[in-house]
Amino acid sequence: MEFFLETLIGGLLAGTMYSLVAIGFVLIYKASGVFNFAQGSLLLFSTLTFVSLHEAGLPFAAALLVTIVILAGVAVLIERLLLRPLANRSPMALFIMTLGLSFIVEGVAQGVMGAQVHALDLGIDDVPIYLGNIMISQFDLAAAATALVLVGILAVLFNKTRIGLSLRAVADDTRAALSLGINLNRIWQIVWAVAGISGLVAGMLWGARQGVQFALSLVVLKALPVLIIGGFTSIGGAIAGGLIVGAAETLAETYLGPLVGGGLTSWFAYVLAIAFLYIRPAGLFGERAIARV
Amino acid sequence: MSATNTLPATQAVVLTGTGLPWRLPLLLAVLFVVIPSLAGEYWLGVILVPWLVLSLAGLGLNLLTGYAGQISLGSGGLMAVGAFGTFLLMLHVPGLPLPAALLPAGLITAAVGFICGIPSDRIKGFYLMVSSLAAQFFLEWLFLRFPWFYNYGGGATISLPSLTILGIDFGSARGRYYLVLTIVVALTWIAANLLRGHVGRNWTAIRDMDTAAAVVGIPVNRYKRLAFAVSAFYLGIAGALWAFAYLGSASVQSFNITRSFQILFIIIIGGMGSLGGSFIGAAFISLLPLGLDTLSQSLFAGHVDAGLLQNIEKVIFGVLIAVFVIKEPDGIARLAALFRARAAIWPLRL
Repeated sequence: MEFFLETLIGGLLAGTMYSLVAIGFVLIYKASGVFNFAQGSLLLFSTLTFVSLHEAGLPFAAALLVTIVILAGVAVLIERLLLRPLANRSPMALFIMTLGLSFIVEGVAQGVMGAQVHALDLGIDDVPIYLGNIMISQFDLAAAATALVLVGILAVLFNKTRIGLSLRAVADDTRAALSLGINLNRIWQIVWAVAGISGLVAGMLWGARQGVQFALSLVVLKALPVLIIGGFTSIGGAIAGGLIVGAAETLAETYLGPLVGGGLTSWFAYVLAIAFLYIRPAGLFGERAIARV
Repeated sequence: MSATNTLPATQAVVLTGTGLPWRLPLLLAVLFVVIPSLAGEYWLGVILVPWLVLSLAGLGLNLLTGYAGQISLGSGGLMAVGAFGTFLLMLHVPGLPLPAALLPAGLITAAVGFICGIPSDRIKGFYLMVSSLAAQFFLEWLFLRFPWFYNYGGGATISLPSLTILGIDFGSARGRYYLVLTIVVALTWIAANLLRGHVGRNWTAIRDMDTAAAVVGIPVNRYKRLAFAVSAFYLGIAGALWAFAYLGSASVQSFNITRSFQILFIIIIGGMGSLGGSFIGAAFISLLPLGLDTLSQSLFAGHVDAGLLQNIEKVIFGVLIAVFVIKEPDGIARLAALFRARAAIWPLRL
């Protein structure tokens, strides 16, 4: 039983890392209807920028600040060069655009900053702590706490500020928001920047775990089942989805893995997502689409 | 917000309708006679064979994504099924000629594709991408985890002893070119006919609006699954050819997610919903790295290292995809069709 609990808690905590990646997706999907495949490469880009700046001698806070400024610039560029010309185009066209974007961002990030693995030390010791007999990774706890703080900040941003109000208006009904004089382009820029920053946070945590390297951009593929389970439009869903995926994946690997020789984590989340979809085609918290001819 | 504006139905008409009686024989003559007599071993074996195989794979995905409108990132996994299926059939049935192994291997892949397609009756759009990713990663895992699939060999690779069909050795570059070309031409012909018939019409109807298709009485789910199966059949054959006619020996790594993306880019750049586009896109995708390589060698004479070049290539691909989706969502095939239409009336109006 204790072993089960330990596995479960470990899985849940690992799941918050997935949630962090998925939140960036949800933000962009809500505000601009774009399924942003480039979130993973933006995550890689921002983390790589931060690490490179930090290694170049900038102190932690300054490197973070400069990275955020760069991310804001990238968001403005993306909006100007890619989103604006594609206004009113099909979701599929926008998705394909983000595929292209992911290649550009990856190419630039690795071309400019190199492909070697950077170590990132956030100053969190990965020493397990004990709760009774249950061992919990301190790093995972810190990651979960970070996720909590991030969600808190986002909630304040969305619910208590003028920008947040406009964001919600755009997400709710783009056309009505436009007619009220909300600057849609500005909102898109802000949302992409915020999604980039949440990607940076996720990337720093992932990077501290496994090194800042190309593989980081692949967490995007892992975030997909999380989004599917939680629904594309709900931050709460992204959190729940991440927890479910993390827990289920860890439990499956521990209990089913030995039966088939391990390695289940590479595909288990996707199969789980399909099972969820079969029961609820719009995810746990997603909005049901109504089709009209 | 309908999905129709990226994939206009006129595309099908443009490409099936332009076939003037003399064009097809001319094209076949070029492919079967002119190219092999002009091209050397290197061109045939290293450029034309992979181009044809990638075209076939692109065509397979185009049937599913470009015509039936179902997005998939599982092309690589299905190609692996075809390759491993062929390998196992040749291994366990001694004396089986390669074409006779390709067909059942293709059918096995079609069955796998059919299974992957089952979720499509409830899951749509981007959500469906996850089911194809599930297939991709599961198949990769399966072929790597169980040594039976690669006959307990070291390095988890598969290869055939020789490419001999009816006593004729197709092992040379020329032989492999003819083998691949014959299969690709035959399968393209079948696909063109399939698309012209009611199957193709139903697929495009589902792509343009599945609710409307259901309303007019098309059995949407059945035709979606059929699209998955047929597309998988093509991908399976392409996978087998990639492994045995091009690479010689293959492992799961030859069919990973990167391959799936490559096939997807072929149809994005070449043209979704266009048979010719698959060939153009494949040519583009296999020639661009080569051209870039040659260019940098002649310009910088090796001062640019391979890693940077690879990243530049990535950026160029990304920019191209973005430019295409903004300026010409129907890919090079559409540009070519427009150009042809202009050239036909050329001196009168341009």
